[in-house]
Amino acid sequence: MKITELFQRGEFPITAEVGPPKGFHIEHLMDEVNTYLKDNVTAVNVTDNQSSVMRLGSLATCKAFKDEGLTPIFQLTCRDRNRIALQSDILSAALFGIENLLLLTGDHTTLGDNPQSKPVFDLDSVSLIHMVKTLEQGFDLAGNPLDGEPPKFAKGAVVSACSDSVDVQLAKMEAKVKAGAEYFQTQAVYEPEKFMRFMEKAKQFGVPVMLGIVIPKNAGMARFMNDNVAGITVPQDMIDELKKDKEKTKAGITGVEISARIIRECKEYCQGVHIMALGWESKVPDILKLAQI
Amino acid sequence: MLITQLKSKDAIAPLVKGKTIIINCHGCKEVYFPEHEAIEMQNELSSNGNVSAVITRDYICNPDNLSLQLKKYLDKIKEADTVLVFSCGVGVQTVAKYLEDIEVYSACDTYPLPGFQGVTPLEFDCGQCGECYLNYTGGVCPITACSKSLINGQCGGSKNGKCEVDKDMDCGWERIYIKLEKLKKLDTLKYPTKIRNYGNPYVE
Ligand code: SF4
Ligand code: SF4
Repeated sequence: MKITELFQRGEFPITAEVGPPKGFHIEHLMDEVNTYLKDNVTAVNVTDNQSSVMRLGSLATCKAFKDEGLTPIFQLTCRDRNRIALQSDILSAALFGIENLLLLTGDHTTLGDNPQSKPVFDLDSVSLIHMVKTLEQGFDLAGNPLDGEPPKFAKGAVVSACSDSVDVQLAKMEAKVKAGAEYFQTQAVYEPEKFMRFMEKAKQFGVPVMLGIVIPKNAGMARFMNDNVAGITVPQDMIDELKKDKEKTKAGITGVEISARIIRECKEYCQGVHIMALGWESKVPDILKLAQI
Repeated sequence: MLITQLKSKDAIAPLVKGKTIIINCHGCKEVYFPEHEAIEMQNELSSNGNVSAVITRDYICNPDNLSLQLKKYLDKIKEADTVLVFSCGVGVQTVAKYLEDIEVYSACDTYPLPGFQGVTPLEFDCGQCGECYLNYTGGVCPITACSKSLINGQCGGSKNGKCEVDKDMDCGWERIYIKLEKLKKLDTLKYPTKIRNYGNPYVE
């Protein structure tokens, strides 16, 4: 199932993001996904060596999820592969029956756990989207024809809706739409008003946007994101809320309440929700229930 | 431009084996050479009596020039077990080719130094990409001013106008946007998707 078909039918898809383990044992991840996500979300989005930390591959994990009856979204970044490897992996995904993609530039290698590695960036997010579109037309990037029926995907991209340079981000979003992006998911949103203002401008592009949610686990995490993570500002009153009842926050209840509140406030303005639980997959069902979606 | 830096003493000392000749290249404006540190290091290396000559010349990267300059030392060089070269990587390669039967080692690491002669180093740089994008980007180079050399717009990593890789570095794409906004030329950014051509034989 392609996520774009759901948007076309006017449905409101919910996706959750998971990170593969640092190792090849996925039993624990599979348990979490089967217990907390399978019946609650439309698709599971698998990160590609997120934050440049080396892990099990996104494609292999997507295949394992597919075999389990889940709908995976294959994340692909330009950091580690040149255009030959990227195109080849897209064809591999088609072989595995993976139909949904999320196409990104990727964090710089120096931010991760193997900072000595060579950053590739042969392509970037825009040319990566263009590349997939070219494959869908039956050709590789150099114009050589593919054998047989070309693959077809739902091509997703990301945008930083609450970025301090939102106009620069909107310009990039437009370039992605022109290159062939069919849906977007946003970086974590903590400021619904900013998100709504962003959507006012973004709706001219006519592509569905999924609201990005990162569950705030505690005040320390919020402050860390404020200092270090681009495009995220957790407002002070939200940090105070996380600090107020430490036991409640520790149990995850405050984070669930905040996440659900943001979804409720923004849902009229977006076409779906994307939850990045960062290990708190068990909280996803509670958030969705409280948000009434 | 290039910058050469001395390798560590621990890396260089074991290379000085048997009779050793040291060759310095001081001759070119393309390369920043750490003269004083090199002399200090060579004095230390000479203290064990192994160094039989220190030769300081210029443009050793030119093979004809090199053979002329080394002519009067050839007897000494032929007796040597090791030749240790303090120069950029090109100089070391030229010496190694010229003295084919002798072990030639490099005492330096070579890095690119932003900028060219006559411009302020470090402020502006050209990565010699072979397909200049400056006409689309308000005169700000996306290859050298963006840590990922992105040519289709900003990544999601910029925070408060700074690059995700280095908090002291302005995000190149933020600079491009601000410049084009000022010129009322933001539409320039609506170009069709660009893709680098690394197949160009003249591009690194
Ligand atoms: S875009 Fe930058 S690297 Fe390429 S030629 Fe122009 S100044 Fe040089
Ligand atoms: S933050 Fe700006 S300069 Fe740094 S890699 Fe991203 S777009 Fe390039």
